[in-house]
Amino acid sequence: MHPAPSVILFTVLSGAGFGLLVALGLGLVLPSGWAALWLWGLGYGLAVAGLMASAFHLGRPERAWRAFTQWRSSWLSREAWGAVIALLALAPVALSDWLGLGWPRMIGWIGAGLAVATVFSTAMIYAQLRAVPRWNHWITPATFLAFMATGGAILSGQGAWAALLCLALAGLLVIGWRIGDTRFAAAGSTMGTATGLLRGRVSVFEAPHTGDNYLTREMIHVVGRRHARKLRMMAVVCAGVVPALLMVVLPGIWGPLLAAPVHLIGAAAQRWLFFAEAEHVVGLFYGRR
Amino acid sequence: MTCLPGKVDRQLGLVIDLDTCVGCHACVTACKGWNDQGYGVPLSDQDPYGADPSGTFLNRVHSYQVEPPGEVPMIVNFPRSCLHCADAPCVTVCPTGASYKRTEDGIVLVNEDACIGCGLCAWACPYGARELDMGAGVMKKCTLCVDRIYNENLPEEDREPACVRTCPTGARHFGDLSDPASAVSRLVAERGGIDLMPEQGTRPANKYLPPRGKDRAPASLLEPLLDVQATGLAGWLDRMLGRF
Repeated sequence: MHPAPSVILFTVLSGAGFGLLVALGLGLVLPSGWAALWLWGLGYGLAVAGLMASAFHLGRPERAWRAFTQWRSSWLSREAWGAVIALLALAPVALSDWLGLGWPRMIGWIGAGLAVATVFSTAMIYAQLRAVPRWNHWITPATFLAFMATGGAILSGQGAWAALLCLALAGLLVIGWRIGDTRFAAAGSTMGTATGLLRGRVSVFEAPHTGDNYLTREMIHVVGRRHARKLRMMAVVCAGVVPALLMVVLPGIWGPLLAAPVHLIGAAAQRWLFFAEAEHVVGLFYGRR
Repeated sequence: MTCLPGKVDRQLGLVIDLDTCVGCHACVTACKGWNDQGYGVPLSDQDPYGADPSGTFLNRVHSYQVEPPGEVPMIVNFPRSCLHCADAPCVTVCPTGASYKRTEDGIVLVNEDACIGCGLCAWACPYGARELDMGAGVMKKCTLCVDRIYNENLPEEDREPACVRTCPTGARHFGDLSDPASAVSRLVAERGGIDLMPEQGTRPANKYLPPRGKDRAPASLLEPLLDVQATGLAGWLDRMLGRF
């Protein structure tokens, strides 16, 4: 699949942003005054920036409001609702922290739950697609939620807990790739089942068109996979190992300050691979994957 | 609402005969021609006369080589378009309700005025039936020529999809696949019509008729001519020397 920069940016930033909002909503950190404004602002900023970025990949962004209408059937619609409700639900808690109003924390827990549901919906947009076997697995929501938890723990300065989550995430990434590499074969789609030509070996004699088209550009994107090994290494080291060390070794605010950007670079590398390595079954018609 | 209808009154669709298709691409051209001026925005092209042309098509013809073990290899031409699935994954993923499956005839359509061009339906389709139009920013797909098949301004013989109407070899058939007595259903039953990628669980309406096996070719087409019976002196020599 084509790794669109806007979608990579969206999923990475909004994941980390909602993670921070969950940490704040649950009261894992209880900032007050300007510190509260800064932390809540960072959470909102990342989440909203991500949502804005996602609108850039639409063909008709001016109609984006229509995406709220099909929540009964569409994960994309549920994600849109989740994001808006979660951001609204957490607003009183943010206000209370900032101005020291002492409003009940209960609202924060509800907001945190909604934020988790939003990231889960984002992941399900991909995980629901049978046509992309690598994504069509529980490991996809597990990975998105793990990134959310880790990003939130780093940004909210959870020290050793953040380090543990970083290492767990690194392990989950390795498991995810091991599962993902077997998914296409497990789905059972071949050039034979795609064309129904099951009497013998099928190969492409002539393509239907000499140039590119939307399908080949969007779904048969092979360029991004060339450096898969290096990018996998980079994702594990940057998203997991290095931030874990930084969160344990560095004191106070220096941990999150240095670990967060490194972690986000690792998350972006993972997300690039998430798209670039995902093979769509339509490639079978073209004899490519 | 982009939930799928539980049951459709009829299921219109295509039956494509892979034995008969000669790969002339006339259906591709007819489809592009009709849908440039019919339902929805025209199918745009990008850089059509330049070095890197590309464009939106609702129908594409692939050509494959099949090598059955112990048989003669064959070339199979393979038109690919929307299969108007019963469990169409493209419909349920749509966040805006633009994608829908009609209850009255089972056709899967896009309401282009409500499409935001997110592309998720194209991702959900295993068959590559949907292409985002780069000119209009909305999703395009086969409409089964919904603006022809019910069009009473057209002569009756033209009230079928443009691809079917134009096919010079009669490799494409159009009809009601939910009616077991219809011509297309009988054709599917007789020829063992199949679903593409049944493992994807989409339950396509369109069926493909697999190519028939080829006859075994003689070692050489000239073989009967090679058995030359010589006469006269050469014939006598041939017979004499053949004894030893």
